Amino acid sequence: MDGGLDLLQKQLVDYVASLFNEFNQIQSLQDESNPDFVVEVVSLFFEDSEKLLNELAKSLDQQDVDFKKVDAHVHQLKGSSSSIGAQRVQNACATFRHYCDEKNIEGCLTCLQQVRNEYFLVKGKLEILLKVTKQSTSRHSYSQLHS
Amino acid sequence: MAKNVVVSRRRCPDGGDGLDLSQSDNPQQAHVLAVDDSLVDRTVIERLLRISCCKVTAVDSGRRALQYLRLDEKKSSGVDGIKVDLIITDYSMPGMTGYELLKKIKESSAFREIPVVIMSSENVLARINRCLEEGAEDFLVKPVKLSDVKRLKDNLMREDKYEGKDRGINKRKLRDGCDPSTCPPLLPSPTSDSSSPASSQSTSLNSSSPPLSQSPEPDSSSPSPHSSPPTSSPESLDSPTRKPKLINVD
Repeated sequence: MDGGLDLLQKQLVDYVASLFNEFNQIQSLQDESNPDFVVEVVSLFFEDSEKLLNELAKSLDQQDVDFKKVDAHVHQLKGSSSSIGAQRVQNACATFRHYCDEKNIEGCLTCLQQVRNEYFLVKGKLEILLKVTKQSTSRHSYSQLHS
Repeated sequence: MAKNVVVSRRRCPDGGDGLDLSQSDNPQQAHVLAVDDSLVDRTVIERLLRISCCKVTAVDSGRRALQYLRLDEKKSSGVDGIKVDLIITDYSMPGMTGYELLKKIKESSAFREIPVVIMSSENVLARINRCLEEGAEDFLVKPVKLSDVKRLKDNLMREDKYEGKDRGINKRKLRDGCDPSTCPPLLPSPTSDSSSPASSQSTSLNSSSPPLSQSPEPDSSSPSPHSSPPTSSPESLDSPTRKPKLINVD
């Protein structure tokens, strides 16, 4: 009975994961001995990204915008979103960097908005993934305890 | 349908199972120093390394890395018992770049033998060349995959067992998914390690460069004494931007 539910649970996780193919890499790094990996790395990503987005807003709000600093932040965000598999955020960051190079404040502001949007989109997806992952791992440990 | 959700427990051949608990106990495990200022990337690379059965120390800057190696102190070290088998570092970091860290390591008598691998999100040929010329073992384009790390680890372990000229052969055998026992034996790599100045590095580059087709024909790709496979060799099975382009390191 438990085995059947486990299987269903796993299928659900797989199905949800397949909707969000981009996170396969991160998912594949999780296993029984490291059941919290996805949660851990995704939470770090959220924290990191939101901090960076705030920094970006602040930096672009200055009288004299330090484009180097802005670019450094965008580079960081681009890097971590690439590691997670958040392709669209990554791409939006790439565009953003162009405008930094050109020292184009309007372009940067538009890009920031874009990056923000993409980020919140991916955040939503990741939160679903996290929920499903948590459910399946906690179910699994439950069934391990009781088998 | 995603097939990548791993359910079974990974087992490291030494008996460790990737859990932190086993890390400190096994002296045979490769000890890797990972350097990256991004917390997300550090977490990922650490995991990739642990899955590949390596002991990992992760730091967030070049300076910390040097501190860890005791290279920032005036007196030269190595006596302190810090044994590192591989250093893997991000390229763009504030303060000290991965390239600068690479240089410092190669300048140190105690640590210059340690292979250093550079990671970067940017696939810039000039950058890659510069790092390789400075003595980097390999250059990985981010996001780093498990197959990249496995390959590094395999190369590392092979270097322990074999010396000098045999390295070329064994590394050639090791491709993604290629089991040494099932791969047909290749002829010795026509490159003699002594043929180029940055010899050990170029050998490593050749072997860890994008996998050529796994055909057993030994010489189809090596017309020149340098034996770098032709630059136009087929791209790896992974996406082309991920692996460094083949370069003649002279």
